[in-house]
Amino acid sequence: MSRHNLAMRHLRQNLAFGLFRLIMLAVLGALGGILVYVFIHGVGAISWEFLTQPPKNSMTAGGIFPAIMGTLYLTVGALLVALPLGVSAAIYLSEYATEGRALRIVRLGIQNLAGIPSVVFGLFGLALFVGYFKLGVSIAAGSLTLGLLILPTIIGASEEALRQVPGTFREASLGLGATRWQTIRKVVLPAALPGILTGSILGIGRAAGETAPIMFTAATFYTMGLPRSPLDQVMALPYHIYVLATAGTHIEQTRPLQYGTVLVLISLVLGLSLVAIIIRTRMRKTKQW
Amino acid sequence: MMQIPQAQAITGSRVPAMAAAPLTKRKVTSTVREARIRRVFVAAGFFSVIIMGLIILFLFKEGLGLFSTVSVKDFLFGEFWYPTYDPADFGIFPLIMGSVAVAALSSAMAVPLGVGAALYLGEVASHRTREILKPAVELLASLPSVVLGFVGMVVIAPLMQQWWDIPTGLNVLNASMMLAIMAIPTIASISEDALHAVPRDLMEASLALGATRLETLTRVTIPGAISGMGTGVILGMSRAMGETMVVLMVAGGAAQIPTSIFDSVRPLPATIAAEMGETPFGSEHYHALFAIGIVLFLLTLGFNLVAAYVSRRFQQKGAATL
Repeated sequence: MSRHNLAMRHLRQNLAFGLFRLIMLAVLGALGGILVYVFIHGVGAISWEFLTQPPKNSMTAGGIFPAIMGTLYLTVGALLVALPLGVSAAIYLSEYATEGRALRIVRLGIQNLAGIPSVVFGLFGLALFVGYFKLGVSIAAGSLTLGLLILPTIIGASEEALRQVPGTFREASLGLGATRWQTIRKVVLPAALPGILTGSILGIGRAAGETAPIMFTAATFYTMGLPRSPLDQVMALPYHIYVLATAGTHIEQTRPLQYGTVLVLISLVLGLSLVAIIIRTRMRKTKQW
Repeated sequence: MMQIPQAQAITGSRVPAMAAAPLTKRKVTSTVREARIRRVFVAAGFFSVIIMGLIILFLFKEGLGLFSTVSVKDFLFGEFWYPTYDPADFGIFPLIMGSVAVAALSSAMAVPLGVGAALYLGEVASHRTREILKPAVELLASLPSVVLGFVGMVVIAPLMQQWWDIPTGLNVLNASMMLAIMAIPTIASISEDALHAVPRDLMEASLALGATRLETLTRVTIPGAISGMGTGVILGMSRAMGETMVVLMVAGGAAQIPTSIFDSVRPLPATIAAEMGETPFGSEHYHALFAIGIVLFLLTLGFNLVAAYVSRRFQQKGAATL
């Protein structure tokens, strides 16, 4: 092979790799650009009052405290629904299931559940929880809907965490005479806990940022104070952004409030994801087995 | 199971013989208990399947009511969506075309960018760079859709209107750009995992034969990873098709068949989200929105089944299939 030919091949490689690098920069630039832009425009609106007071003067002033609390209630509720179910399903998949038709059906169910659009979850929540179970538009209905939405995330992360616990741990425990359930409860679950925690945080982040599933099941434009029972409607950060940006009578006037709310939501969601990613990275590095 | 009699034998020398009786009894009850616990977890495993069933049941229960007054053909291919007129028109063809337009254009943007980013992460970046950038891409995936909708509406739309002197910045192009930003991390992350899973010795063999890294990439690594990359692309497109807030806020909301990328459209999810709030429970319009939900559900289900098929059909099985 001639030297010229080799140089050409390397030139082609450098061009291609340069293109890939450029694409990566463009993708990161888009993310960075959005974050910086929102930060610059939103940081001025952030104040103690903004974070701790309800909206005033028909939403044109004041804060977003009820929306922050509403999002908190909804995500905690969603986690209460999804965590026990998700971890149990993961235990089935990793500890009990054997290859075969039943397992294939379960996996297909989880995969397709993960692919259902969030607005369809909203319709389902409206029909089942709001209508059929007569919960009304409420925290309960919204939490149940969001809980089902994040269920595949929790199952996926928990199963991965359980599978990473080495088989020798189980064998040692079973060999000492422990039953399967004792082994799971006292050996496998504690070892998998950090991974399950990561999955839960990712699930919370997802639930906090979703709008479409709570539009018809939980969220409302404005509440006087904080909700008093799980059957009350709530304000929520994502829905608050949507409403202020599209439906208010003073859309231009409330722009700073909109940017401020976006900044709070982004900080919350990306902060949670960042924590989850850091825990996961650290775990992978320090894991002894 | 073998350990238990042995343990009894050992303890038996020190503990009175009567201790053996409760021990056997406990062993029996614990087996029953174990079986019960197992059943609980099996049930939890099947819960997702049950939820899928319930979703299908309730979508159809609420949606099929429409078809007593409107034929399936008029619904799917009718060209006019005037749900509040009297008599109302429930033709969702413009809505389907709106969804198809934004999904196609956003895929055209997201697929090359997502795959390019994956190739950079998997093949070009050093180990340390990859350790930092991969989480950054995953972080992009967790950006709430309402934020992208907001940015498209408040920042991009006025700019477009200014630059190109068009009637509205809320159009197919703007919505597709925002959807592409949502789909890129999905595509990049799954594709990169697929590249990473290709056995190292295949690549080393290719390099040892004198191929450059690029040649190894295009002729060995990518063919080996194609099933995973295909899955990532399809799941990214499916996500763009079902995403609601971006198209609700940025696509413009006009129920028309688009003829240019600067036209406003009203994709399927946007229609549901925009109209469900003002629709009386149980009305014809309410049923029509659930019927749109059925269409959307079937579309994304189709995408997911194709993705599952691709990931199985083109699976790299060891080194032998290359």
